[in-house]
Amino acid sequence: MLKIEDLHVSIGEREVLRGIDLHIKEGETFILFGPNGSGKTSLLMTLMGFSGYTVTSGRIILRGQDITHMPMFERARLGIGMSFQRPPTIHGLKTRHLVQMCARGREIDPEALARKVNFEEFLERDINAGFSGGEIKRSELLQLMAQKPGLVLFDEPESGVDLENMQLIGKVVRRLLDGEVDALPGACATALKCKVRTSGLIITHTGYILDYINADRGQVLFDGHLCCEARPRDILEHIRSYGYQECIKCLNAPGGLQPLELTRTAS
Amino acid sequence: MKKVNLNDYAFTGITRSEIPDLRTLEASDKDRLLHAGVDVDSANSSAVFMHMDQTTVHCESRDPGVEVLDIKQAMAKYDGLPDYAWKLVDKDKDEFTKNVAENTHGGYFIRTRPGAKIERPVQSCLFLKSDGAGQNVHNIIIVEEGSELHILTGCSTAHGSTHAAHLGISEFYVKRGGKLTFTMVHNWGENATVRPRSAGVVEEGGVFQSNYVLLNPVGTLQMYPSIQLNGRGAVARFNSVIVTPEGSHVDTGSRVIMNAPDTRCEIIARTITTGGMNISRGHIAGHAVPCRGHLECKGLILGGGQMLAVPELDATVEGVDLSHEAAVGKIAQREIEYLMARGMDEAEATSTIVRGFLNVDIMGLDGPLAKAIQEQVEKIDAHAM
Repeated sequence: MLKIEDLHVSIGEREVLRGIDLHIKEGETFILFGPNGSGKTSLLMTLMGFSGYTVTSGRIILRGQDITHMPMFERARLGIGMSFQRPPTIHGLKTRHLVQMCARGREIDPEALARKVNFEEFLERDINAGFSGGEIKRSELLQLMAQKPGLVLFDEPESGVDLENMQLIGKVVRRLLDGEVDALPGACATALKCKVRTSGLIITHTGYILDYINADRGQVLFDGHLCCEARPRDILEHIRSYGYQECIKCLNAPGGLQPLELTRTAS
Repeated sequence: MKKVNLNDYAFTGITRSEIPDLRTLEASDKDRLLHAGVDVDSANSSAVFMHMDQTTVHCESRDPGVEVLDIKQAMAKYDGLPDYAWKLVDKDKDEFTKNVAENTHGGYFIRTRPGAKIERPVQSCLFLKSDGAGQNVHNIIIVEEGSELHILTGCSTAHGSTHAAHLGISEFYVKRGGKLTFTMVHNWGENATVRPRSAGVVEEGGVFQSNYVLLNPVGTLQMYPSIQLNGRGAVARFNSVIVTPEGSHVDTGSRVIMNAPDTRCEIIARTITTGGMNISRGHIAGHAVPCRGHLECKGLILGGGQMLAVPELDATVEGVDLSHEAAVGKIAQREIEYLMARGMDEAEATSTIVRGFLNVDIMGLDGPLAKAIQEQVEKIDAHAM
């Protein structure tokens, strides 16, 4: 689905990603850990194609197509969807209208989709106007459900969300990754069966989201480098016990980047 | 401000005869009016008034709760309306008020019955059909105690090119507990000179809500309606959406003076210039406490033009709560990128944002009116791209 090859990215003069290699397969969910400022958000922004993130070398391949320098809307149309952390308010743009636009002409039922994130009463509100943390997440998920991307980029799905909302959001993220979002009422059984799993690249600090989704792989991003590939839960455990200090060691170890040796470090 | 020479216009001799049924208007006139928010084919009005060039050509009320008369008739019927006529606007304020005072062509007198809640809007149109015409109108609106009224007034020239001048005096009286919603849509042309002079008073518990829409070119327009909140708990709200294409010179503002405790006001203006001159003023004065007022002007420059925002707050007692927020800018890149991340290209994203910025849903215009306004917005879009 997504292949990143030796990706170097700068914001202005500052290099924020220093040679990232990453492969996310069709239907796979990949979790990205890392301390603040390590470049996680920059990676997502670069994949989406935001201005200000300059790719100085390397390539981004989506489904075999080089998208490294493609405008953002074309990436979206090719199937990349992103959940924003702090989306802007757009005056006069109703949530319903934006949800419709996300579907790009595909037939959707905004009410039914909104119901899944308990968001019906927000459909007539201006998008993001006065939304709380949890409401922003639900709104972003609603838009993603309408957009139905093949690869979802999530920047901290749990940030600013209370526990009650977390459960709802966790479930919906899972459904989204499982490809179970837009069965219109009356869809035939074949249509339901041939659902395709969505790929996901998820940034998480707390790991709460791991309680809800089936994460396949994980890695730590540290100072613009990827390291320590392991099962996401193991990485989380490790970070909880030792913080990110071990990652520095790992990066500095002779021979470059080595997988985290969980058992030995933990004992 | 462009200098206006009133001698360029004929303020006498352009009279019209009565039009008993407005549905008989020419299709092109109807279309122009529709773009001024007036749908003469609509049955959904409590009263209908039309003034064309220098004559009131149509005036009918379909609701016993609201009286609508030509201003001259009203003056004759009510002994010159001594409590209302020229009480809020000074005849000698400027050459335009003088011109109207000396030679009033018409205008509407609208008064509700006390307690009457008029559900359907009163529809009014002030129309300039003849090239070279000068129009002097004087309107008086009285919302009696406890009654509610919505006036939808559209002002238009017959063509985008009509060379004409509109001078209009409006005096608003909202009595105790009354509520007036005054929605005005302007559809002039690049050769039109427009000078409204409006003022109002709101008594205890009354509400004055003004909605104003100007999306098409106008040669020169200047107005600064002023509302006094004189009774406890009175409220005024102004909501304006203004676009100035190249060649337009628009100087508008809204003023609210809070003279009583527990009064509130809000002035919100959204303006876009695509090449014209746009001056957006606002003034809130607090002279009694508690009172609360907020002034907001948001401007976008798309392509060219000039924008001057002049927000003013004037407080004379301790404890007032007044604020303002003025911003002139461009469409935020992060808003464009947000929409592009959903698959819209840059042009689509920009026009979606502009359409939202100019959103008039809040004004409650519906049916063909909303559609006509939408069309205008799309034209601006095309221009702005």
